[in-house]
Amino acid sequence: MLAKPDAPVVLSLTGIGKSFGAVVANQAIDLDLRRGEILALLGENGAGKTTLMNILFGHYVADEGSIRVAGEDGKLVPLAAGSPQAALAAGIGMVHQHFALAESLTVLENVVLGTRPLRSISLDLAGARAKLGALMRDSGLDIDPDRRVSRLGVGEKQRLEILKVLYRGARILALDEPTAVLTPQEVDGLFVVLRRLVANGLSIIFISHKLKEVIAIADRVAVLRGGRKVADRALEGTDRAMLAELMVGRQVAPTRRVQRAPGPPRLVLNAIEVSGSHGRSGLSSVALQILSGEILGIAGVSGNGQSLLAGVLGGTIVPASGEIVLDGKPLRPSPRAMVQAGIGRIPEDRQHEGVVGSLSIAENLALEGLDRDGVQRWGFLRFAAMRRHAETAIRDYDVRCPGADAPIRLLSGGNMQKVILARVFERQPRVVLANQPTRGLDIGASTDVHRRLLAARDRGVAVLLISEDLDELLALCDRVAVMVAGRLSAPMPVQAVTLERLGLMMAGQADAA
Amino acid sequence: MQAVLDIVIAASFWEAAIRIATPLMFGVLGALLCERAGVLNLGIEGIFTAGALAGWLSVYLGCSLWTGVLIAALTGALFGLLHAVLTVPLGLSQHVTGIGITLFATSLSYFVYRLSLPSVASPPTIQPFRPVHIPGLSDLPFLGTALFGQTPMTFLAFALFAIATFILYRTPLGLAIRAVGENPAAVEAQGLDVTLIRMGAVVAGSILMALGGAFLTMSAFNAFFFEMTNGRGWICVALTVFASWRPGKALLGALLFGAFDAFQLRLQHRIGGAVPGQIFLMLPYLLSIAALVTIARGADYPKALMIPYFKGQR
Amino acid sequence: MIRFEPRTSVPLALRIGVPLGAVAAALCISAIPLAAAGAPILRAFALMAQGAAGSVFACTETLTRATPLIFTGLAAAVAFRARLYNIGAEGQLYAGALAAVAVGSGGVSAPAFVLVPLILIVAALAGALLMLGPTVLRVKLGVDEVVTTLLLNFVVLLFVQMMLEGPFKDPMGGGWPQSAPIETAGSLPVLLARTRLHAGFLLALVASVVAYVLIARTAFGLAVRAVGENQAAAGFAGIEVTRVMVLVGVLSGALAGLAGASEVAGLKGYLTADMSRGFGYAGIVVAMVAALAPLAVIPSAMFIAGIFIGADTMGRTLGVSNYIADLIVALALLCVLVSGLFLRFRIRFG
Repeated sequence: MLAKPDAPVVLSLTGIGKSFGAVVANQAIDLDLRRGEILALLGENGAGKTTLMNILFGHYVADEGSIRVAGEDGKLVPLAAGSPQAALAAGIGMVHQHFALAESLTVLENVVLGTRPLRSISLDLAGARAKLGALMRDSGLDIDPDRRVSRLGVGEKQRLEILKVLYRGARILALDEPTAVLTPQEVDGLFVVLRRLVANGLSIIFISHKLKEVIAIADRVAVLRGGRKVADRALEGTDRAMLAELMVGRQVAPTRRVQRAPGPPRLVLNAIEVSGSHGRSGLSSVALQILSGEILGIAGVSGNGQSLLAGVLGGTIVPASGEIVLDGKPLRPSPRAMVQAGIGRIPEDRQHEGVVGSLSIAENLALEGLDRDGVQRWGFLRFAAMRRHAETAIRDYDVRCPGADAPIRLLSGGNMQKVILARVFERQPRVVLANQPTRGLDIGASTDVHRRLLAARDRGVAVLLISEDLDELLALCDRVAVMVAGRLSAPMPVQAVTLERLGLMMAGQADAA
Repeated sequence: MQAVLDIVIAASFWEAAIRIATPLMFGVLGALLCERAGVLNLGIEGIFTAGALAGWLSVYLGCSLWTGVLIAALTGALFGLLHAVLTVPLGLSQHVTGIGITLFATSLSYFVYRLSLPSVASPPTIQPFRPVHIPGLSDLPFLGTALFGQTPMTFLAFALFAIATFILYRTPLGLAIRAVGENPAAVEAQGLDVTLIRMGAVVAGSILMALGGAFLTMSAFNAFFFEMTNGRGWICVALTVFASWRPGKALLGALLFGAFDAFQLRLQHRIGGAVPGQIFLMLPYLLSIAALVTIARGADYPKALMIPYFKGQR
Repeated sequence: MIRFEPRTSVPLALRIGVPLGAVAAALCISAIPLAAAGAPILRAFALMAQGAAGSVFACTETLTRATPLIFTGLAAAVAFRARLYNIGAEGQLYAGALAAVAVGSGGVSAPAFVLVPLILIVAALAGALLMLGPTVLRVKLGVDEVVTTLLLNFVVLLFVQMMLEGPFKDPMGGGWPQSAPIETAGSLPVLLARTRLHAGFLLALVASVVAYVLIARTAFGLAVRAVGENQAAAGFAGIEVTRVMVLVGVLSGALAGLAGASEVAGLKGYLTADMSRGFGYAGIVVAMVAALAPLAVIPSAMFIAGIFIGADTMGRTLGVSNYIADLIVALALLCVLVSGLFLRFRIRFG
């Protein structure tokens, strides 16, 4: 990875600042991108990376600062703010973290969208198809142009996002957390593509919170922390520990898992079948056992059935056949039955499934226990008891908030997750299902979640951890299983598993020993 | 059974079927356009009424028929613009806005009618559109009356269906409209303006709705009555779901509905007496509900329907 | 440049002031059609105020008109809280009235303290049953309840017409399609001599308080609010969403049914097909102006009723069509809708 210090600057951000109300997302950020280089924008969740890129691409307008892009002749000209149209015209393309694709349209239609003037009466699909074909050959990215996007796998969708951008002649690519949804092998494939693009003269900004990948792919790295840029240096001569400390601002102590002998099986799934829909796989003959005092991990790329598994375990999806057994007794699949049986569930998407935004923290805490004595008497809510209870939880879990009666939507992601954890653990569950529990959380909040899951495990709770973050799985779990195309592999002890092996299994290219 | 056959064979039945279907054709196309772009337009019932009044009143006050149609279209555009502003950039509840527009457009229409024409014994009338005479085609034995004897606005409806289908599936604008109802973020990421496209679709759809109303007072009948639209707008909303938001199916649905309505009218004449008239009148509404229920499970709705989009919402 | 910043909290002053401001705005805008009708604007508003509240009799008329609006307003408020858009209050009202007449105009013979509650219960049941269908279709099949309830309104009205021309027709009604009158034992007593204000008004007040307690102070009410805002999260937390929605739908329909019973047994005495002047739809406006708060429905209904009563008087005096009232109410709905933005956002200039 050679740094190219004398390549011309193609993109220059100066003094970018952006606030959302009281939250300062970006402050006085300067950034230069040179032709042919891969610049990594490194920072933990919430550091301001995505905001900066959204400003670059015109989704947001910066409060302060300016952006200049190199024109045809190489001279830097100002970029109009707040206009994706202007960014695209200036040769900037963005591959979004949450794909910006219309699912019911085809690949070709998504590529062509917006590329011809709206008043023209012809789509010229034939011409577009030819151009796309040439592009696919050049870049090495391949997808069937007539396939409906809803039927594409996650890796294919990402390829489509990149092709869309290349189709518009982008010379500057910004990729926002592109590897979050890829297997290790797919990540390698992506890096091959990126290097090829760079060799063809493109310049790339690679946004990530994953140190390993940044070190593997980037020429230079800019580190964001708390909205500010704290470092900007060539990768050569920089080591992981230094970058980690720059990212977080302090020494990070890894969570320690002590080997323990697990107890008897707590929760058992037998031969679970769920039918798939919209071209996504269902679940076939899924069986697993979660032992008390262990953390069982489920690895897998999203779309392979993890959400369905979480739904079955959480009671929101009723399997077509198969049974769920808790401590030897069969369990009826419904969220209410799960809650009452002492199964704690941390949902995948806290905004969508976890909390009700306009209700207060106290009310959200009470939601799972609306029939319990602590919350109601004769059907009437006991407000004082609810508030006291919430204040205890806020103290115990260190939730930063305006108060127990404040609407929960005011809280940051990390603090919302703390409330959810409080709600889960207050019922002293015997089983805990954690579905992507640290997604979108910064390192501090993530470490907190890890600590609580490990503590629960040490207390004898049976924990199931579904996660896309393989490092998290390897650090926390006692056993790991892989979910591919609706089938679950046999769990393997974590000592017998490597990242590479997990990756191969996730891609369906290897079996558990 | 004999009665059924007797009815269905007559060319006049099919002529009536298409005539009754015409306002539904306009309405369904309009609703479909709005919803494809992701906006539910429940102002349809009120816009029908407003179009009916605006077109009729213009002609009553001296304009030509086609000028009246234009004024009805303009009225639809204005109410559509109001709905669009409230639901797209301001992101207010599409359900409540729609009901509000219906109440507003209806009450405004009634008020203006009373203002222009203080109570008279029988409602004043105009000279409506006459059936078209196309040399050759209109003299065909069956189709001549059934299809080629329709009034100009019916031909307009068919033409608009063809145009709308072409635009929606063959042009960049149509692609953008379809995409904006599925995932506005995808549209914005390609440099297009989500707000303008959505608002444009709502205004265009509302124009069509108003034309449907104008047909009632300027073609089907020749006067304006209170309660004239009689729930046709809601039937169009149901038909849109039933047609899975596809123009071809929507046209078919409207025609089938018109046929059913024409059928029950004639059946009532023959059977009459025994069964109260209200039963027959109830059938269209019950049929609409049934249509909604049958299609419900498999409904392939535009994913971003009724979800407001705010720029930079990431 | 204008910027919208989400508010973190809404001061009480705004919560009351903003809806009032919205209604005031609607009244101001209505000056335009008034002027178009050639009416002197200030005098028109003065006449409206006089007609609504300028005398004891006027006040009682307003309260009498407010009675069904409180019921339909509650029906909308309760349902909308769960994001169940019940637009069928008009039909449910008529269903309730029909049931009331079926029982109360000779169908059952009983003393007042039995007959009156019986009429009310039957009316509530009729409204509730009517709303059950669309609610179940919504929770089980995802069918939009707005369209189904709207379509049912037309069906119910036709059914009532059919009944009034057939089995329910009053043989002593002079040939008009109207029902036999409610027995004296079944009638709601008048509250104030020489006025039309009847006990239905008191019932409506009680219903408001009950609805308030239910929504704001019970576990069920919390479940309703959770389901209304985020159905997925409510379901995930173990709330039985289907059960909550069905109960809300049934309650909403029952309230609208009571509106019908109250009108027929308290005000009119018999049923005709034109008994309701859009009370069901006006109830939606009442609920929105009250920001879906059951107690606030009372003043909101009184205000909307005042507009109707006042416009009647003003219209007769100045020769303005009384559709002006419907126009003002529709404008009020749109203005309240927009005004909600001021509650959710702080507007910054510069």
